[in-house]
This record gives sequence, structure tokens and C-alpha cells, in this order.
Amino acid sequence: MAGFLVRRILGALVILMIISAVTFYLFYAIPRDPARAFCGKICRPETLDLIRHNLGMDEPLFVQYWHWLAGIFMGREFVQFGACPAPCLGYSFATQEPVFSAILDRFPVTLSLTLGASLVILSFGILTGMLAAWKVGRPLDKIASSSSVIGASLQIYFIGPLLAFYLVDTLELIPRPSYVPVSEDPVGWFTHLLLPWVVLSIIFTANYTRMTRSQMVEQLTEDYVRTARAKGMSGRTVFFRFAWRGAMIPIVTIFGVDLAALLGGAIITEQTFTLHGIGELAVRAVQNTDLPMLLGVTIVGATAIVILNIVVDVLYAVIDPRVRLS
Amino acid sequence: MSNLEQQVTTSPPGPFLSVRDLSVEFSTEDGIVHAVDGLSFDLRKGTTLGIVGESGSGKSVTNLAILGLHDPDHTKIGGEIWLEDRELTGADRATMERLRGNRISMIFQDPLTALSPFHTIGRQIGEVYRKHRGASKKEARERAIEMLSRVGIPQPATRVDHYPHEFSGGMRQRAMIAMALVCDPDLVIADEPTTALDVTVQAQILDLLKELQQQTGTAVILITHDLGVVANTADDILVMYAGRAVERGTVREVLTEPRHPYTWGLLSSMPRLTSSVDAPLKPVRGTPPSLLSPPPGCPFHPRCDYPELAGPELCRTQRPEISPATGHGDACYLSLRQKTEIRTAQIEDHA
Repeated sequence: MAGFLVRRILGALVILMIISAVTFYLFYAIPRDPARAFCGKICRPETLDLIRHNLGMDEPLFVQYWHWLAGIFMGREFVQFGACPAPCLGYSFATQEPVFSAILDRFPVTLSLTLGASLVILSFGILTGMLAAWKVGRPLDKIASSSSVIGASLQIYFIGPLLAFYLVDTLELIPRPSYVPVSEDPVGWFTHLLLPWVVLSIIFTANYTRMTRSQMVEQLTEDYVRTARAKGMSGRTVFFRFAWRGAMIPIVTIFGVDLAALLGGAIITEQTFTLHGIGELAVRAVQNTDLPMLLGVTIVGATAIVILNIVVDVLYAVIDPRVRLS
Repeated sequence: MSNLEQQVTTSPPGPFLSVRDLSVEFSTEDGIVHAVDGLSFDLRKGTTLGIVGESGSGKSVTNLAILGLHDPDHTKIGGEIWLEDRELTGADRATMERLRGNRISMIFQDPLTALSPFHTIGRQIGEVYRKHRGASKKEARERAIEMLSRVGIPQPATRVDHYPHEFSGGMRQRAMIAMALVCDPDLVIADEPTTALDVTVQAQILDLLKELQQQTGTAVILITHDLGVVANTADDILVMYAGRAVERGTVREVLTEPRHPYTWGLLSSMPRLTSSVDAPLKPVRGTPPSLLSPPPGCPFHPRCDYPELAGPELCRTQRPEISPATGHGDACYLSLRQKTEIRTAQIEDHA
């Protein structure tokens, strides 16, 4: 187990390095020059060169990348901003704020959004999926299955404003979504995030309903489930202790992927409800051709993915004794 | 007839398990499948009944019906199944749950897929004991170890905590048998228990089953397509074809004086040590009939070599019932003399 973790973490670091290098390279492959954008419409070549130099863009690509990489572990000196202690992800081209603290500021928003929505997604998705599988072929299953198809085909930017209009503006049941730090006002945190959680969940829950249902139905036809019934286990035991165990594996896999994607920034939800999370930061970084910020959010997203992959692999071994972590 | 004598001395009158006119129908998208159609047989206490037939002849379906394991939404079960004085086809779920694994238990074909990959062997055996005997966790574990040692698993106290994937194929089937016998059931249904195993292991498993049966006095239904397995293990044989019994009798009767043309076919399709290695095996020609629309008359007539001997149209129009009602019987219109003649001719042909 310890050996497995050490190997996987080292592997994850290599992956993150490759991802950042590729992002770095791709950034310079796009035909937009951030220095020119800074320089404005009337731009003298000397000014352009100076800006390039200040941004560190006059150096060869691998030297720039090396500086960026070294900055994460050892900090960096910037001509215009001064010292940037480790972990240093540089300064935003667009806003001049340090990337690391910008991400740190936004992360609680994304984390709150993700964790709250995940809780709803998992509990409701699995619950409805199990109900459908329990009553497979019956009216309850048909209702759950068809409403999950509807849920899955809804779009956040459609259902979000719609619900906001009725629940916030017309009925005034909940406050307009925004981020209230949980440390300051837990109740406010909850009520202000309720609508984004619900909207984000509607889309995802439907997928988990369908996945849980199909996995359970499939597992219930397995030989070992039949054996459990043949030895007199009750329907409930067979369902929860035997079939569910097998159905969990693909659900854990997909949940790991979804959670990582959400942690990298729920872009549409954040935009819909003007929440200032990682997703909004990412969109702005692309719009502004802001390399340091773009690299920063990419690394955050990628880190979430590699960490959750490791977690999922550990969970496999917990669920299924045939999986060995070696 | 040592079995008959035994029955008189040790068993209450009447069979222990009695299946009467059982029918099992599945509704599918293509129509109704008549998987079992008018099957009757008896099983005496402490004896082994071998049910033989091709794939799709209704062997497994019959036994799943005894355990009540068919999906009630898609299955229609008719007829009666009597376990001593209890009728099982109409029994409610709770009754069946109490019977399963307790009085009737089942050994499945492939122990790798039939055992849960997620739970230890000890837990899988122990939970049956806990469920039906209300034993504590500790008692169940001790019982599991005891059962593992009875089925010949070395170091049972260590093995009890292992998972099925850590066992070999033969060991897994031994564990499956331990699980089936943990509550001392009156009836064990073994559905092709050796088919998924290596040939060398097959004999060991059959010997074990036989030995345990002698120790516990449980009745066994052994489902197989292998007449060799039945010959060595069973007391009685039931030959099934297209969801019906076509021949029944003791092992000696059916194997030495087979009466039904299908039984002849099964026997001549088996390799024999006494015949030449190069002698071709004679398979039963044709394929089993569709159970969606079984042919009228005798279900075997399209594959039978002798339908005209019984009369011009009889086999094609009228379904034969098994006769005589007790003892060695078969469902065929040929007269006993005709059957003896054909069989003798066949044996000469073989030699």
C-alpha cells in the first residue's frame, strides 16, 4: 500500500510536469501575442521588446518553462513585482495579481460548490437508481428512468436562470446565489449556494440514476447473486450486500472523474450564477491570453484529476479484494 | 433393490420430494417458452437422483423451480412440488427463504462465478448458518472452519479468511459444497457440479459428494449431461428431453436396458473404453426442438429413427406419457419387444 502510494504520487508529479509543459508549448503555438495586447494599438518595437523582456518572454521556451517550474519549488524574483515566495506560479499578465493567491482566493468557492453538489448527486442519484432497480419494470422504475433522461438533457444555462427567476425573483424563497465564506456565516453559505447546488445536481444526478440502475440490474443477474438467493438470503440482503457491492465499482470510477472535473472549475455554473470560482478564473485567463493564470488553473484541474485517480484506485482495492495494489 | 428395502426400514412412507406435472413457462419477446412441460418425478430420502439431458432440456429450470428462484414477473409455474407435506409452488417468499440453504441447498456449476468475489469464504459459509440457525458471528466462523475441514480443505482455520480468487477451482467447489451442507439440508441440488472443473478434480468432487451424502443421509439431485457421472454416483436416473421426462428408472435399469430411443442416442454418443479409439462417436442426429413452438406428438420424433414402427401417425400426433407409472418407465410408443430387438441389434452393431 505505502509502496503503491509512493509510486503513484511520483507518477502523478511526472504527469503534472508533462501537462504543464504541453500547456506552455500550446500557449505559444496560438497566434496571439500577450505582449502586443499589453502594448496597445500604437506600439513601438522598443516598447514591445521591453514588455517581452519584463514578461520574461524574450527567453527560449524551455528556459521560461524552467523558471516557471523552479518557481513552484524555490520561489522567484520578478523585476517589476519583486520576490514571489514558493510555491510561486508567477503573476497574472492581465491583473498583475500573484496567480497562487488568486487561485487560493477562488478555491473555497469551487470547493463549496463541488462538495455540496457531489453530496446531492451521490445521495439522490444512487437512491433513485436503486429504487428503479428494486422495482425494475414497474411504474416507479419507468418514472425514475424517464425523468432521469429529462434531467440529463437539461442544460445548466437553461434551468439555472429559470429556477433563479422563480425561486429568487418571483417567490423570493432563497437569496440570489453568491459566495459567503462558511467560516463567517454557515447558514448564509448554505442558502446562497443552494440554487447552484440544485442546478448542478439535476444534470449529474440523472446520470447516476441511470448508471446505478443499469449496474444494479446487471449485477442482480450475476451467478453469485443467484447463489446468495439460493442460500436463503433475504431480498434486501441480496440487493444491498451482494449486488450493490459489484455495482459500486463503475460508479466510483465515474464519480472520481466527475468530481475532478468539477474541482477544476464548474465553468458554466459559475458563469450562470456569477460565482467567482476557479472556472471563472480559467475563462478569463483564456480570454486575456494570460499564460501564468492559465498554467495555474490547468495545474489545479490536473492535480485534482491525478489525486482523485489515486483515490479511486485505492477504493477499488477496498471494494474488490481481487484488486491488488502492487 | 437395496434402496427399496432402505425406504421401508428408515423412511416414512411416500417420497420425500415429489414433483407432479410441473410446468415452467417463460414469457419472452418471441413468445412463451415451455421450458418444462408436465414433468413428474419422486425422490426418496437419502438417495441420489441423476437428471440427464442435453442443454435446454429443462434440467436446471426444474431445479430452480424447486428452490423458487425464477423471476415471478416473467415465469409461470404450474403443477405441484411437494417437499414432504409442504407444497412449494405456491409458497410465499418468506417460507422459501427459510427453506433455501437450510433444508434445500444448491451447488452451482462454476464456483468461480457462483461465489461472491467480495466476501471471504468463511463469511459466505457462515452467513448461511447465521441466517438459518441464528448463530453468532463466532459460532458461524467456527462452523465454517469445521465445514471446510469436512470437505477436505487443508488448514481450514487460515483458509476461512481467504477470498474465492485465492482458492483453486477444486477448492472453490469444495467450499461451495461446504456452504451447501452447512445447515445439514435434507436435499442438495447439484447443478453440473463438476463441469467447470479439471477432469482429475471431477472425480474427487464426486467422491466427496458421495461420502458426505453417506455421512449425512441427505438426498441429492445431480444434474448432468454426463452419463458417466450418473453411473458412478446416482441411485436413480431421470432422462429429460425438451422439458419432459422420457425415461426413468434405477441406474442399473436405465443404463443396462435403456428403453427410450433418446437414451440409446445418449449412450451411443458416449466414448467407451471397450471400443476402438478410432471408432466414430454416434451423436444424436438433428437438434433439440424449439421450446417456443414444440412439435406436436412426441417431442423426440423429428430426431427418432423409428417413428414408423409404432404406427403411421402416432408419434407425430400424440404425445406419449411415461409408463408404467412406477419403476422403470419410458415415454415411447414402441412396444417393449420392439425396443429389446432394436437394442440387441444395436449392441451387435457396436461389437
